[in-house]
Amino acid sequence: MSGAVQHSEIIDRPPPPVRRWTRERVVGNALLAIWILFGLGLALFLLRAWDPELMAKYAPLYMSGVGVTLSLVGISVVIGAALSIPIAYARMSSNRVLNAISYAYVYFFRGTPLLAQAFLIYYGFGSFRPQLEAIGLWSFFREAWYCAVLAFSLNTAAYQAEILRGAIESVPRGQWDGAASLGLSKLQTMRKIVLPQALIVALRPYGNEIILMIKGSAIVAIITVYDLMGETRRAYSRTFDFQTYLWAALIYLSIVEALRNAIEWIERRITQHLKR
Amino acid sequence: MRFALRIALAASAIALAVGSSQAQEKTLKIGTEGAYPPFNNLTSDGKLEGFDIDIAQALCDEMKVKCEFVTQDWDGIIPALQAGKFDAIVASMSITPERLKQVDFSNKYYNTPPAIAAPKDTDIKGVTKEDLAGKTIGVQGSTTHFNYSEQTYTDSTVKPYPSAQEYQLDLANGRLDAVNDDVVVLQQWLDTPEGACCKLVGTITPVESIHGPGAGIAVRKGDDELREKLNAAIAAIRANGKYQEINDKYFKFDVYGS
Repeated sequence: MSGAVQHSEIIDRPPPPVRRWTRERVVGNALLAIWILFGLGLALFLLRAWDPELMAKYAPLYMSGVGVTLSLVGISVVIGAALSIPIAYARMSSNRVLNAISYAYVYFFRGTPLLAQAFLIYYGFGSFRPQLEAIGLWSFFREAWYCAVLAFSLNTAAYQAEILRGAIESVPRGQWDGAASLGLSKLQTMRKIVLPQALIVALRPYGNEIILMIKGSAIVAIITVYDLMGETRRAYSRTFDFQTYLWAALIYLSIVEALRNAIEWIERRITQHLKR
Repeated sequence: MRFALRIALAASAIALAVGSSQAQEKTLKIGTEGAYPPFNNLTSDGKLEGFDIDIAQALCDEMKVKCEFVTQDWDGIIPALQAGKFDAIVASMSITPERLKQVDFSNKYYNTPPAIAAPKDTDIKGVTKEDLAGKTIGVQGSTTHFNYSEQTYTDSTVKPYPSAQEYQLDLANGRLDAVNDDVVVLQQWLDTPEGACCKLVGTITPVESIHGPGAGIAVRKGDDELREKLNAAIAAIRANGKYQEINDKYFKFDVYGS
């Protein structure tokens, strides 16, 4: 490709089209300038509001909050991924009962707010202490952290199951037939033919789901798990300084940006064979 | 022609809106939390009631203004005042140096001590740091009680909750060993069937630098006119017996304090 460009430089090129100041171009540049001004304003504000004392006091708390957010989302996404496989299988199954159960599960967890789910699991189960103690589950439900991981895992499992199902179903039926004609078993077909193709389709939605979880986890302070948002609110309630929220926004933004780049990198890797 | 008509209509609508807002200028908007019985809480049919609400109403009657109540989550209540969502906070807010940097306060309108509550079968004997060492204590976050607990009970785990209702649930179900809040708030809850699990361990001597001189009415910084009016009204209802009447409606003792 680059060779072709160099080659054409030697030959006469048609004169480059005149770039005129069309209305779209003016509007576009103006909007860009406004955004740059916003960015500069933000940077200037943070620079002027820079307070070493505040930093020394709250930076470690923010870092612990980031740790809580990342580990909570990380663990939940992995458990959710494991849970999503049987759920997606049941969703695609022709067995009526399995299908109904998995449909109801996905319907409930996608249809209700994560906040309500976390609240119900923590405070709701908390009011059944004698029953939970009888079956030995109280030590699990006693801890806010476990309740948060449970709520988040169940929630993301529902979304991930739908992503997985959609991706697998997007692989044409003919692939199964072709594999069958080569004498591959169902499991081999799934593992070696369908899943590699499905993963390409599923990658972007998976990335979105993780990003949504990172931001969704901001509600977890309601059940006393102090994540990045919880620490931010604590810092704000002490200082009444809006820059506490700005810093939180910037940290969330950089986490999401890092994730986005990672996903793009993975996508480049797994679609190499599709590019010329 | 049609365009001109529209402009005229829009202009008259704006004029009307401006006119009506001027007519309502006498309405004072009061922010409160609505989750802190017996001081301010929402009844099951969504009405506000409590000591704060009755006091605010009495003050408005005294100042001869119409009052309108706005409920707002505790964490966002000071920013909402600063953003002009309401003009005063009557929500049992303690007057503290930290808050005084953000808002101005009227004189106190009550002052009750904080206390510790625990399950009835607790082994906690008192309210000192040693008595609570190793225990898990629940407190409403962003409050003077939370600051006190964090600074005092350094050998305990202090868990912040969004409102009193959540720590009450967790004390009842045994996730918490103790809770720290205003004695009146705790007593009110302990007297309900939900609070039957637990008892009062004891009251804490307030620390002026943390707990402040008591609960005041917060107004925006520099809103001296309103602050002075509120102070005058507080003094007036103290003098004419209205305060006592409201006090006796809710409490068996004097909450104004010394």
